[in-house]
Amino acid sequence: MKFVEDQSSDDTLDLVCRMCPMHLLEPGERLKCMKTGQVLEVLTDYDGALDDIPEWCKKCGHEFIGIEEDEDCYKLYIKKKK
Amino acid sequence: MKGAYLDHASATPVRKEALDTMLPYFSEKYGNPSNVYDMGSKIRQVVEEQRAMVADLIGATAAEIIFTSSGAEANNLAIKGVAFARQKKGKHVIVSAIEHHSVLNSARFLERMDFEATFLAVDEFGCVDPNRLAKAITPETVLVSIMHANNEIGTIEPIVELAAVCKEKGIIFHTDAVASVGNTSVDVNELNVDLLSLSGASLGAPKGIGALYFNKKIRLMPLIHGGIQENGRRAGTENVPAIVGLGKAAQLAIKELPEKESHVRRLRDRLVQGILERVEKVTFTGHLVNRLPGHASFCFESVEGEALIFMLAQAGIYTNTGSACASKALKTSPVLGAIGIRADLAQGSTVFTLNARTTKEEIDYVLEALPPVVDRLRSMSPIWGKEMPEYAEDVCH
Repeated sequence: MKFVEDQSSDDTLDLVCRMCPMHLLEPGERLKCMKTGQVLEVLTDYDGALDDIPEWCKKCGHEFIGIEEDEDCYKLYIKKKK
Repeated sequence: MKGAYLDHASATPVRKEALDTMLPYFSEKYGNPSNVYDMGSKIRQVVEEQRAMVADLIGATAAEIIFTSSGAEANNLAIKGVAFARQKKGKHVIVSAIEHHSVLNSARFLERMDFEATFLAVDEFGCVDPNRLAKAITPETVLVSIMHANNEIGTIEPIVELAAVCKEKGIIFHTDAVASVGNTSVDVNELNVDLLSLSGASLGAPKGIGALYFNKKIRLMPLIHGGIQENGRRAGTENVPAIVGLGKAAQLAIKELPEKESHVRRLRDRLVQGILERVEKVTFTGHLVNRLPGHASFCFESVEGEALIFMLAQAGIYTNTGSACASKALKTSPVLGAIGIRADLAQGSTVFTLNARTTKEEIDYVLEALPPVVDRLRSMSPIWGKEMPEYAEDVCH
């Protein structure tokens, strides 16, 4: 697990309260609207996302930057690579 | 036989245009919108087009609309969904005392889940005072829900002012607009609300479809868990025919609303004036001016509303007591109790709701048939002509 602190981002996707598989569907849609090199911050309270999103990034060719734990959710950072 | 249907708040016919648009989606275009093949993706596109039409009706964007099974479900999702999503911030919700049962009982359910709920008092017209709301807010308050218009007394609440109180304090504001969308102009931006519930049945769409507008910045805990429908916020395969009916009804409402409002207001005023001229000892309930254009509500002294409804129905006139408490539970309506109507007078509650199809002939027939029915019921009443105590009691909560 790669942890980061004070990571900046270009857009935020709030998935708190939403269940599997939304954490694997919504980031792809949001990244389509972003430019290569930009960073997406994904907020989620679903533990499964901690394994799923890094794996999903590998499959889709995006860079998984890391995770930050917030008060009521996790923040996962993805850099768009293509 | 002559007749008049003046109970459109309970049920209104599905618009022919909506029905015609819906029919192919039962048997010819039956694909599941979640399917990736063309039969599904085409239906998905249709569902998204309807979402945009519903959004247009209330000044929202398509991404801010969640389809539900009813206005009641939309109210449940708004209240419980926001309360559960924000419970770490606080566990206090505020609703008015005259909300629909889907709001009141959602708040009571939250009380059972260790939340605190405040049921805000209203004035004699059913209006919520923004200052009273401001005083009720605590550091624990996470949600306020005040209806746009009351189904029983027709009063339109000062939503802009009430929402402003909440905005200033960073509290989420929901309004139940089931009684008003399709009957008067409703725009989420003008009202400045975070969430708004509507029902297809009020618009001439079929029963069994509703929608919740929500500001995308708001977290909402889903109540129905399952698949990815409604972006994971409300699971369950979409009721595509009903959604298509709602979309069409919304599109028609945008075009026809100004004419409908002026038509029903004219007839409603004729009805109100006629009843007040012809029947003695009758109280007009709700706000005199700020009310739904097609809504007229009265309490007839020394008359059982239920008996009046049955006798009018025998004459082909369909109206309502306005409250399930009065009709089924034989208790006084909480709405009438909240506006200070005496318990005995509240028993004579009768609500007339008009729509674009209502005619002058129907109104004139009601004005001809109603007074003798009231006279007959009063002649059988043991309390007619007697002084009654000036307090409300036996209110159903």
